[in-house]
Amino acid sequence: MFGHFLDRFRAIVLSVLLISCFALPAFAGTFEDAVGKFANDEFSDTEEAIEAVASSGNPLAFPIISALQEERLSADPESKKVFITQADGKIIDAATGAAVDKLPDNAASVRLNNRLRRTVEAALGSLTLLSPDPAKRVAAAQSVFKSHDENALPVVEGALAKETDKAAKEAFTEARAAIILFKSDASDNDKLEAVSVIKSRGDQEALALLTSAGPDQPPLVAQAITGAIASIQSNLAMWSAVQNAWYGLSLGSVLLLAAIGLAITFGVMGVINMAHGEMVMLGAYTTFVVQEVIRTRYPGLFDYSLLIAVPLAFLVAGGIGVLIERSIIRFLYGRPLETLLATWGLSLVLQQAVRTVFGPTNREVGNPSWMSGAFELGQITITYNRLWILCFTLAVFVILLAMLRFTTLGLEMRAVTQNRRMAASMGIATSRVDALTFGLGSGIAGIAGVALSQIDNVSPNLGQSYIIDSFMVVVFGGVGNLWGTLVGAFTLGIANKFLEPVAGAVLGKIAILVLIILFIQKRPRGLFALKGRAVEA
Amino acid sequence: MSAHILTRSLDRAATAFVLIVAAVGILIPLSNLLLPQGSFLQVPTYLVALWGKYVCYAILALSIDLIWGYCGILSLGHGAFFALGGYAMGMYLMRQIGSRGVYGNPLLPDFMVFLNWDKLPWYWYGFDMFPFAALMVLLVPGLLAFCFGWLAFRSRVTGVYLSIITQAMTYALLLAFFRNDFGFGGNNGLTDFKDILGFNVQADGTRATLFALSCLALIIGFLICRAIVTSKLGKVLIAVRDAESRTRFLGYRVESYKLFVFTLSACMAGVAGALYVPQVGIINPSEFAPGNSIEAVIWVAVGGRGTLVGAALGAVVVNYAKTFFTSGPLAPYWLFMLGALFILVTLLLPKGIVGTFNSWWEPWRAQRVAAAESAAREDGITEPNPAE
Repeated sequence: MFGHFLDRFRAIVLSVLLISCFALPAFAGTFEDAVGKFANDEFSDTEEAIEAVASSGNPLAFPIISALQEERLSADPESKKVFITQADGKIIDAATGAAVDKLPDNAASVRLNNRLRRTVEAALGSLTLLSPDPAKRVAAAQSVFKSHDENALPVVEGALAKETDKAAKEAFTEARAAIILFKSDASDNDKLEAVSVIKSRGDQEALALLTSAGPDQPPLVAQAITGAIASIQSNLAMWSAVQNAWYGLSLGSVLLLAAIGLAITFGVMGVINMAHGEMVMLGAYTTFVVQEVIRTRYPGLFDYSLLIAVPLAFLVAGGIGVLIERSIIRFLYGRPLETLLATWGLSLVLQQAVRTVFGPTNREVGNPSWMSGAFELGQITITYNRLWILCFTLAVFVILLAMLRFTTLGLEMRAVTQNRRMAASMGIATSRVDALTFGLGSGIAGIAGVALSQIDNVSPNLGQSYIIDSFMVVVFGGVGNLWGTLVGAFTLGIANKFLEPVAGAVLGKIAILVLIILFIQKRPRGLFALKGRAVEA
Repeated sequence: MSAHILTRSLDRAATAFVLIVAAVGILIPLSNLLLPQGSFLQVPTYLVALWGKYVCYAILALSIDLIWGYCGILSLGHGAFFALGGYAMGMYLMRQIGSRGVYGNPLLPDFMVFLNWDKLPWYWYGFDMFPFAALMVLLVPGLLAFCFGWLAFRSRVTGVYLSIITQAMTYALLLAFFRNDFGFGGNNGLTDFKDILGFNVQADGTRATLFALSCLALIIGFLICRAIVTSKLGKVLIAVRDAESRTRFLGYRVESYKLFVFTLSACMAGVAGALYVPQVGIINPSEFAPGNSIEAVIWVAVGGRGTLVGAALGAVVVNYAKTFFTSGPLAPYWLFMLGALFILVTLLLPKGIVGTFNSWWEPWRAQRVAAAESAAREDGITEPNPAE
């Protein structure tokens, strides 16, 4: 496995070399001249050659100079060709990297004196591990970790002693451990220490290294390695679970955002709004328009585009929602199946309208700078846009909850949900509450569209892809209960992401749908069902 | 009394419907086959296939009307049963291709050869025999509907909940059939059919026969539905539609009635799909799209829910309009029109075309009958009236 990896690594290195040789002929020319100086058998020329090669930036520089250090570099004084005898006995042309069958008869290894040896060491250090840029040092240490080349040990140890940067120090320690683990003459104690260092690194590469180091180790070390492998594997399994959970939370937040407006219209009013997805789409297109205006008129405001788009999307989608309620839905109260058909028709009209105005293709909506990028947390990568969407979703949820609990409109909405006729008798204008509720649900769908425009394609079909999922969330969570929607969305999101690695994306989704269909059998009114007489209404 | 069920179930409109469909089913194929090409009355073959498609849609609409119009079950997944019937027929047609496919494999359909499969999956066995395939056309949708309905009705999933999970069902099937490794041709579906029962599917004679058979299936389906809705069973179904809990309290096992009618309806949809596939020449997963099923529901709503005749009429009218508009310069506006149709029909024409027509026609007819009766009474030959 690891040998295979090495082969591939070599192949990659070789192809990079070849490409760079062809791509940079001018560079290659001076590089070849510099390499040719090794064949002059003059210490001053060799010194010049070392410096020229080390500063050339050529990928062959490191192999050449390390070969020089170990007297594996040989030169033919007649043809002025220089050859590297690699650790495995293969021979390559130092100037081009091309493989050579055997050394010419009169080739001799390039001689060094003490002064030159110091130059060589300095050159090696400057090449990689002693680069002034900490990021480069880390990268170099990483590559040593992978290659665990014994020859690099003195340089690594030297660099480790001088190192001040925390990340680089850690990388050097790990590189050193990798070398010692593979070093045949290292003591058992050193090796055990190395194993524990690699174990604490705990990622896929550490696992690969330990697996390939397994055979022909002293029994004590082999035992430690087996233990370390098991511990890394369980560690990795945990991280992959954490990653799935994170992806699940992220998907759940998207589902919640798409479904929460539906939970209001469906849950509070009992209206099946099949055009809900189109409200999400309208929100996304509002974001697009806002960004277009900003791009052409006020480019400096781009980072605030989403902040501007959120209230606008709420107003656009909410306004259209109120319009729909007043013109269509209020005539269909008490006829849920007809409402379903009429709103489906409405969704067709809205889609086609957007297609006519904005065209059928995807529209480009950019990420503001504070939403792009990612950061690492342990072994997983978290992108900022997903994180922001999760926070945003929770904020919307909390605000909505507070609104229902503490405002007059919220009070009236709850009253109408619980008992419409009684609420009307108490002087609540139920038709006004209906219109506002529907507007609120649609407006939240519009806000969802702003967030979804950041992670999904903004096209006329945007809403369609969420509508079935949103209904699943609401039906699963239970109607008329926002907490049910919250639990439903996150449960479905997380379940989906945990099923995906096992069953594949599509089969996972199918499995979820089948599970929901079965779940509905058990609890026809969802997880958090309304109790009491309201149920049979 | 031998034709009791038939005579009782046939009122004037139903008789007219059966006669018209029979006439269409006989005359169109005859005109296509017997009259010379280019003659004024000759129906071109492409129109035969197109109208054959409408007739299949009419059967589907009929099956939806049976459950929605008479039992109040709004299924948004009936396209799934239609497509499953279609796939069963498509699998038979695929096997009939034999070694005439692009890869010339005598056993495996082209797409399996393309996917490097070396043997036929077990669920394709038997589909080379027509009787088996015909049985599967009924059995597969029927069985799915039975299992689904048994689970749903037993736990009293009703109304919009049922609609939503039927939609989820067809969506899940859509996703499944899109997969290549599912063994049904992935998103290309099944196509390139050669012959059916030894007759070339492209030939005029086959198309005309298929059209006639579709009309026959529509008539049979109509008569079955008619017999059910006018029987005592039909009365219970209507009771379930109007007051499910009350019917249950009266001692009827509501779920059994619903399950029976749901399964029957799925079988009908399967037959419609099976007749549809050879006439259209392709079946692919897009038939499972939730949008298709909802569109089928609107045919019923347009024609008139709970009238049977209206469902078939609605399917033909809406699809004719669709063909007319999507092939002309008005194509970009078709979705506006379809959307508006959904809204306007539910708002302004809740009884549909036939229902609205009936509500105008019936009072007028009743008046006429009453007038005739009173005229008869004046003549002194009135029957004894127990109320007087």
